[in-house]
Formats: sequence, structure tokens, C-alpha cells
Amino acid sequence: MKFIDEYRDPQLARKFLDEIRRTTTRHWTIMEICGGQTHSIIRNGIDQLLPESIELVHGPGCPVCVTPLESIERALAIASRKEVIFTSFGDMLRVPGNSKDLFMARSEGGDVRILFSPLDALQIARDNPTKEVVFFAVGFETTAPANAMAVWQAAREGIKNFSVLVSQVMVPPAMRAILLSPGNRVQGFLAAGHVCAVMGYEEYEPVAHEFNVPVVPTGFEPVDLLAGILRTVELLEEGRAEVVNCYGRVVSREGNLAAKQTISKVFEVTDRQWRGIGLIPLSGLGLRAEYAHFDAEKKFDLTHIRAAESLLCMSGSVLQGILKPDACPAFSRECTPEHPLGATMVSSEGACAAYYNYHRNFDVS
Amino acid sequence: MTIAPVCFTPILQHETVQMAHGAGGRLSQSLMQRVFMPHIHNPFLDLLDDQAKLDLPPGRAAFTTDTYVVSPVFFPGGNIGELAVNGTVNDLAVGGAKPLYLSAGFVLEEGFLLAELETIVKSMAEAACRAGVMIVTGDTKVVGKGQRDRIFINTSGIGIIREGVNLSCRNLKVGDSIILSGTVGDHGMAIMTSREGLSFQSRITSDCAALNGMIGSILDEVPLAIHAMRDPTRGGVAATLNELAVSSSVGIEINETTILVKPDVRGACELLGIDPLHVANEGKLVMAVAADKVQTVLDVMRTFDLGRDAVIIGSVVDDHPGMVVMRTVYGSRRIIDLPLGEQLPRIC
Amino acid sequence: MCLAIPGKLLELSNENGLKMGIIDVNGSKTKACLEYVPDIQVGQYTIVHAGFALKIIDEEEAAESLKLWQELIDSGAFQPDQELPSPESL
Repeated sequence: MKFIDEYRDPQLARKFLDEIRRTTTRHWTIMEICGGQTHSIIRNGIDQLLPESIELVHGPGCPVCVTPLESIERALAIASRKEVIFTSFGDMLRVPGNSKDLFMARSEGGDVRILFSPLDALQIARDNPTKEVVFFAVGFETTAPANAMAVWQAAREGIKNFSVLVSQVMVPPAMRAILLSPGNRVQGFLAAGHVCAVMGYEEYEPVAHEFNVPVVPTGFEPVDLLAGILRTVELLEEGRAEVVNCYGRVVSREGNLAAKQTISKVFEVTDRQWRGIGLIPLSGLGLRAEYAHFDAEKKFDLTHIRAAESLLCMSGSVLQGILKPDACPAFSRECTPEHPLGATMVSSEGACAAYYNYHRNFDVS
Repeated sequence: MTIAPVCFTPILQHETVQMAHGAGGRLSQSLMQRVFMPHIHNPFLDLLDDQAKLDLPPGRAAFTTDTYVVSPVFFPGGNIGELAVNGTVNDLAVGGAKPLYLSAGFVLEEGFLLAELETIVKSMAEAACRAGVMIVTGDTKVVGKGQRDRIFINTSGIGIIREGVNLSCRNLKVGDSIILSGTVGDHGMAIMTSREGLSFQSRITSDCAALNGMIGSILDEVPLAIHAMRDPTRGGVAATLNELAVSSSVGIEINETTILVKPDVRGACELLGIDPLHVANEGKLVMAVAADKVQTVLDVMRTFDLGRDAVIIGSVVDDHPGMVVMRTVYGSRRIIDLPLGEQLPRIC
Repeated sequence: MCLAIPGKLLELSNENGLKMGIIDVNGSKTKACLEYVPDIQVGQYTIVHAGFALKIIDEEEAAESLKLWQELIDSGAFQPDQELPSPESL
């Protein structure tokens, strides 16, 4: 497959590993904030292949994992209503709320449908004028353009029976929150390649400067990841706190202007709760006032819904890179993919699920 | 099995299944005559008794049942009918049995098009003929409108186990080679990409097929060298390998480089974020074979269309009992786990 | 996140006033909204996420990077046909 196979070439990967080994003179802690990168690293065993002096820490890059429990509970409340067709990306279906997930809501009679694109939800709204169609608009900046377009298009066509339940989050504030947290050990970042494809990387330059950390926009395939890790190590070894793009075929400094424009037409920056972490100011997106009638939280009266996290769940520490999943006491005991305590065990991108699926009880060395 | 030409009232395109078709009276008979009997004929079914009276050859009998609820009912490369026949034939064959007789029970939703039912029944008759089995007894019930899947088919099958052959998921031995008969993911992705709502077009077709012919030839050649056989249906090759590893309390190691995936299946899996090892197959075989006979087995398989891509994907080891581990193309290793459930397209 | 797969644009169309296209990914085709890549031409590659094309892939840049990386292989001590060492030997 073009633009994939070249970046999975084992020999090129080996070359990068050798270079990383040659370049590293001391221990470095590098974080990726992207569930897709976490998944690829663990699935391909990149963390096993790197020299021991490079520690990869998995950050809160999984939008499914950081969607607040309240949002899940609200989704469940909406989905169980007779007049609603509840639509979502597949990723959200198994995330547990207080007592059930959207799959269970479906088996209890809710009309819950998995979609590939938010525009499909709009089509369902057009095809079912007597029903209320709600789309669970979850994602980082990569998904914001798609979610924004669905709302913008709905407004343009005057579609009344469509709304979105928004759980949009942004990477740079999360990066800042991690860098500001006491005991932070992260010295360099791989920036999420597709987030950067949309937003560009100019917003990481002040972060790099302020906190003295290199930030390297990186892709997802093993060769891309290793190229990004090598560049990060080189910058660390040279003491250069810069943003250097390692995913040039897709990422440019200013990103996708059309996408950024539509995002800011439809959304505004808001404070957001991150599941397991807490409130990060100005880290999320919410619908602008002129699109408020597409906000499912307003359309269906949901403000009374509250949720309580499991006391055993340590996904917050995992998400911040403070704890490795297998160091959590509940890992693979009370908490498994079949009965997850928190979202990091549910989403295939969550660090806990990735560890469970690929590393569990298994001496990978 | 003969198909006798009979002149019945032809089915009109718009005619549908009614509740009365399942009630046992005149309309039930009419359904039998117009939809089933034109296609399925054999001395047992023709008697129209409540039971089929069979003379079984000597030997140990194998008996299996499965219920098919696939949606969409018609998919690229087949339909629920041939799936129901081939699936049950395969379940018998992987136990070392020669499949002989099948039953077929239908639950139909009121409103199901008779013309579509006839197509399904015809496919079943053809599949049975290809596999060398007879559908000797059956039943039809009708349920009220509203069940989304429209038709369920249960097939049970009986066969006689070949003498001297002992195939079981508990029989894996350390040192055995693991053979996979061909490409993975075809059936599951054919189904997924033909479902509505996913804005997809693909040429992916199901690999739905009866494997008993090829299995018979393998067992003719090396009956004792095969320790276990499975067809990796729901849950894919990952689920099957895990079942084998757990049942035999052994470890299994496979090589990523040996797993074959058709290009368009691969494209669809990449786009939807699905692992081909977790995707259902309906015409593939996984086998644990004594290492010294593995080349003979491969030679036999490659004479069949169904086995022309047969390849050794790994071996049985005494490390990590109960677990399946894959060596990646990079030299790292990771666990291949049981998939949790339905494969869901993801954006993350 | 985020799963965004490279594919080739095969044809352009318009749906409900939005620029749409059919993207080929190794033989499987998916429909994608092209509003965010308004200058895309048939035959170009793009990454598709959640039914939207997000960026036209810069093929020149990709070729240059790969060439550079390949030079690393050619100049270095690593022999391409050597067997890949297992992690245990690292």
C-alpha cells in the first residue's frame, strides 16, 4: 500500500534503531500524546526494540479514554429515549458508564448505530424526519473538522432533528498540564501527526520555548515513529528545545487552513474535564452560541446527570504517564477488557488495553 | 441427490412470507411445495415424515449444530443459506468426520420475500450437492414483523469419523507446525463493507466454502500426523489459535511475515482500524501438524483451490502455555489475544 | 488517535452542496468529503479520517525523505541483507 508499506520497512526501521542507539548517551523520557501512536508503538513492539535508556511514556492521547464519565452517562440517557437514533464512532460503544455501555443500551432497545463519518449521521437525520438524530462528537483536533462540518452543513440545510453531544479535546493544553504537573519527568514530546496535519505545529513553538522541551510532529507507522524518536533524541542530546517536523508529507507549519476556519466558525475554546485528570482550562471545544440549537446537552435536559469514577481506577495516573499500566494494582485483576474499570482499558488505544492485549504476563524480553 | 423438475405455481416477485406459512396448515404445505421441494430432493426428505430414518455406516458418529444469523443476508460471495450448509459441513470435517446428513430449521420474519427465500434454498441445495451431503429433514416457523435480521437458519449435521483419526484441540504437541490454508479476513470484511451506513465499496468477496473435500484428501495421506483442525470463523485466526493453545496448555508462536491478506481486505482493515487476525473466515483451515509431515500436508493442500496459498505460520512451543505470541517483522514480540467481541470500525 | 489512511482520489462528485470524492485504498473504495482539500486533483493521494480528506500528501517531500533515509542505510555499517537481530541480542 502506497505511503504505508515504505514506512513499515523492517530494514529502514532497523537502521533508525541503530542510529538511536548510537546517538543516545544518557536516559531520556519521551512522551507521545496520541492514542494511535501508543497503539502502533505497543503493537509493533517499538518500546521493546529501543535501547533501555529511552523511556517511552504514553500520554492522554486517546479521546475515548479522556471523555468524562458524565458524557458517557449523558450519551446513555439520550440513547435510551424512544424518539432518538443515537449515532457514534465505533470506539465509544464499549466505554463503560456507571453501570453500562452503549452496546448494552442497544440491547435494551436503544437505536444505537455505528458510523464512520458524522456526515452519515446527517443523512440518517434526513431519512428519518420524525426521529431525533444525535451524534457523539468525540475527538481531538483531527476529528474536529469532520464534526464541525456536520454541524455547519446541518445549519446550512436547516435540518432540525440533528444534534451533537460534544466531547472535543485539544493536545497543546494537555501537554502544558503535563509539563506543569509536579513530578513531571517528560523531557521531549512526539506530537500527534494527524492533529498537526489539521492544526499545524506553530502552536507548539511557545510550549517548546517556555518549558525547554523539543516537540517533534511524528507519524504513525514504525519507521515514522522511529524517525521521530531519533529526531527527538538528537534534539535532547544537543540541548535544542525546538519543534522539528518529522512528518513532512502530511504536516505543515500552519496546517489545514480550511479546516481550522470551519472549526473556529462552529466551535469555541472551552474549559474541559478530562477523565482521570480533571479540569484542564481552555482545553476543549464547545459549540458557539449561534449553533447552540445543535447541542444535544441543551436539547435534552441532561444537567442533572452525575457520575462517579471507580475508586480503584488509576487511569488518570496512567494517562499522565506517571504510572505504567501493569503497575496498577487492578491491572488484569479487577480491571480487564471484559470488565474495565476505566476508559484506558476499553479503548484499543488506551494504554491499559494496549498493555493487556500485547504484553500481559509475558516477558517480552 | 436428484432435482426433479416439477410444475408449481411460480412465485410472484412481491409475494412475502405470512404468519400462516408457519402454522402447519395449507399455507405451510404450499411453502414447502413452492419454495423447498423444487430444489431439495432426496429419498429421505421426499417422504415428508416428521423424521428422517437413516442407515448410518459403521463407526463413531460426529454431530454438530450451528445457527446462522448473518446480516446482510445476501453478501458478496454468497448468502446465509450456503453459509449454513458449509459451516456445518466444516464443523464435522474438522473433527475428522465424513459429513453425511444435515437438518435445516428456518425462522422467518413475516414479510420476508418468497423470491429471496427461494434463492437461499436453492443455494443451500447447490452447496449441499457440492459438499456431497443431503438435507434430510427441516422445519419452518414464522415470527412477527420487526426482527431486524429477517431470517435465521439452524443446521445440524451428522457424519462418521474416519477410523484411526483423532483430531482434538487438546492434542497439540510441542514442536507441531501450525498451517493456515490461505488469506485471512475475506468473509468478515465482505460482510462489514456491504453493510449499510459505512460509505464503502469493495470487491471483497466471502471465502464461504466447504472444506471436507480437501480435509478428506489430507487425512487420506497422513491420517495420524494431523493433531488438530479448526476453521477460524468468528473471532478469526486469533480466536482459533487461542482456543487451541488453551485447550492443549501449550504456547503458540506465529510469524507476522507469513500471514497473507488480500490487498483489498487489507485496505478495508486499515481504513476501519480492524486487525485481520480478528476477522471471521468461512473457508479457511488452521491445523496443528506433526513437523515431519508438514511438507506432505502442504503438497496435498496446494493441489486444491482452497489450499493453494497454504503456508506454515508458526509452531507449538512450551513457552507461555495458553498464550499465542506473534513475532513481528521487526523482531519484537507481542501477544495475539482473543478479540473481545464484534469488530467495530474505529477512528482512533 | 487518529486513524487516517492514505488513499488515491479516483473521482469527484457533489453531494448536498459538498465536494465529495471516492478514495481508493488498496482496492477498497470509500467516500470522503473533500471540502478541506479543495485543490485536490484526481490521482493525488490524501489521508482520510472519519470520512474526510484532511491533507493532500506531499509526494515530493515523501520521496525526498525516503531518499534521505535510504542514504542513511547505504552509508552506514548495516548490511540490508543481514538477518534482523532479535531483541535478546540487542
